[in-house]
Amino acid sequence: MAPRAAARLQAMGFREIHEYKAGKLDWLAAGLPTEGANSQLPRASAAARKDVPTCGPDERLGDVRARSEAARWDAAVVVDESDVVLGLLRAMELAKGDDLRVAEAMRPGPSTFRPYVPIKEMADYMVEHKLESAPVTTSDGKLVGLLLRSEAVDLASGCEDCARKMISVAE
Amino acid sequence: MATLIDREQLQQMVDSGAQLIEVLPANEYAEDHLPGAVSHPLRQLEKESGQIDRNRPVIVYCWDAA
Repeated sequence: MAPRAAARLQAMGFREIHEYKAGKLDWLAAGLPTEGANSQLPRASAAARKDVPTCGPDERLGDVRARSEAARWDAAVVVDESDVVLGLLRAMELAKGDDLRVAEAMRPGPSTFRPYVPIKEMADYMVEHKLESAPVTTSDGKLVGLLLRSEAVDLASGCEDCARKMISVAE
Repeated sequence: MATLIDREQLQQMVDSGAQLIEVLPANEYAEDHLPGAVSHPLRQLEKESGQIDRNRPVIVYCWDAA
């Protein structure tokens, strides 16, 4: 739509026209403020836990479990060197053998969610799909935090539902 | 032909006085828009072009690259 708008403006004689190609989704995904009716609604980024333990795919599972337990977590997010989410270790994966590599134990390619999704929509989705937790990532896959269903549901209670559904499930 | 810009360039240009225009339908603008953006939906662009300053740079955006 923006390219067509730019072309029309050019045809109307406007001289200096620029197009923000990545658009509103890019802005929202970066967690930047917006204006409008939805701007004050809590979003997934507000509840995503930034303190979730992370690990690399080549680490030993027993080491990651020990680290997670010390931090009072029963989950960890597997990321690469750029913080891109590769997998998820929930309690059931963390309980596997100590000497397994994380890559062998993890749940690969979990569904990830964007920071701008309204918390009410996230909570409803997590309940409907029985997700205990959900990684929240930027549009280029970098980890923002892990959203826990219980916390999403708590934060969403009393929140208005948005007319527009924003969930974009990515690989 | 329009110049493609990224988020950082957008912020710099808006700080320097560029006009930011959301071309999505008005109800989508009403829900969420970039700070300082004005709404000129694509279908009304000709009709509303008189409200756009021809002497300042114009940045248009919609949801994404689609």
